[in-house]
Amino acid sequence: MNIFGSIKRLYHQFASPPYFYRISGLWLPYIMGLFVLLFAAGLYSGLILAPIDYEQGEAYRIIYVHVPAAWMSMFIYIVMAITGAIGLIWRLKLAEIVMISSAPIGASFTFLALVTGSIWGKPMWNTWWVWDARLTSELLLLFLYFGVMALYNAIEDKRTAARAVAILALVGVVNIPIIHYSVEWWNTLHQGPTITKFDKPSIHLSMLVPLLIMAVAFKLFYIGSLFMRVRTELLAREQKSKWVTQLLETKSN
Amino acid sequence: MKPARKKRLFFIVFLVAGVTLAAGFAMYAFNQNLMFYFSPTDVKQGKAPVDKLFRMGGMVVEGTFKKEPKSLKVHFDLTDYEKTVSVEYEGILPDLFREGQGIISRGKLNAGGVFVAEEVLAKHDENYMPPEVAESLEKAKKKLDNKAKNNQQSGITETTK
Repeated sequence: MNIFGSIKRLYHQFASPPYFYRISGLWLPYIMGLFVLLFAAGLYSGLILAPIDYEQGEAYRIIYVHVPAAWMSMFIYIVMAITGAIGLIWRLKLAEIVMISSAPIGASFTFLALVTGSIWGKPMWNTWWVWDARLTSELLLLFLYFGVMALYNAIEDKRTAARAVAILALVGVVNIPIIHYSVEWWNTLHQGPTITKFDKPSIHLSMLVPLLIMAVAFKLFYIGSLFMRVRTELLAREQKSKWVTQLLETKSN
Repeated sequence: MKPARKKRLFFIVFLVAGVTLAAGFAMYAFNQNLMFYFSPTDVKQGKAPVDKLFRMGGMVVEGTFKKEPKSLKVHFDLTDYEKTVSVEYEGILPDLFREGQGIISRGKLNAGGVFVAEEVLAKHDENYMPPEVAESLEKAKKKLDNKAKNNQQSGITETTK
């Protein structure tokens, strides 16, 4: 009961805007610093240290941007759906803000995954784009992100807007397993999963390690940019509250 | 949990379950349309459209690739390890095209049952490894194949004895 109680207390503490603002401000430099380190290490090991591929030669190296971006595009959407559900059930303001602040970041990663995939597809497949199940469902994900952002901006009252957006995010989450399993359920031009399967990854260890470093770096970038967005949104929404005015006073002094 | 929150939780669970069910039915109904290509078996069984462009995917059979002199016209067989269909294509092939490689071609069947392709796309697999590793794998596989062959032969000789 004690452990459960302290978890609950921590959760409530975190959900309080002034506390989150303070703690995220403290963490932000470390998160971004670690991101820069890992991103540099991932790029160096992926583009220079990793060996060439037996079939695709040097061209396969775009995997170090394409695959982490595609993972993030799905991961961020799941975060949006979960925070949307929390916002709907508990009416937590912070959860709503995390949800809506994730949308532009998720849309950017989706766009990056689509563009790098297209650039990779031209030399390897001999086409920029095909309407197979994987590519089409990933494009649908981009439109879902756009829908979330448009819906949020179309409704004046931000609390109502967040509720509407949460429902859209929850409806759209059905697309995530479709994207993941599209290459197994149907015939597609896109190949099957290399790493996210129950079998051993079908990528050599020397190529896998940089990929995982990049994946962690991308996650840190998401957390960092999410914190920045959430902090701005919190200040804008709570500009009349006491903690913001106090903060402004101490900053101006 | 407070009753109002419980109600909202149930609402969310029903919403997600309902949408999943609807999406499942829709995908089941459109299953054929979501297939990007037909396999040579589908084509031989007459499942592919006649007189209409469609895509066929499979592996290029080893030793069947032939190039006509002084033109870009090529012939090869495509297989899914059950049925095989001959393909004819005139144009530039993707870099990854080679025998034993998975490809997807778009075209029509002609009267002789030959698939006349207008476009050839290479499908690459999900394996990534350095060339040295691929080479040693290839060697190991050959060794195994030879061993299996020898075993088979010795098995045959034993039974004939």
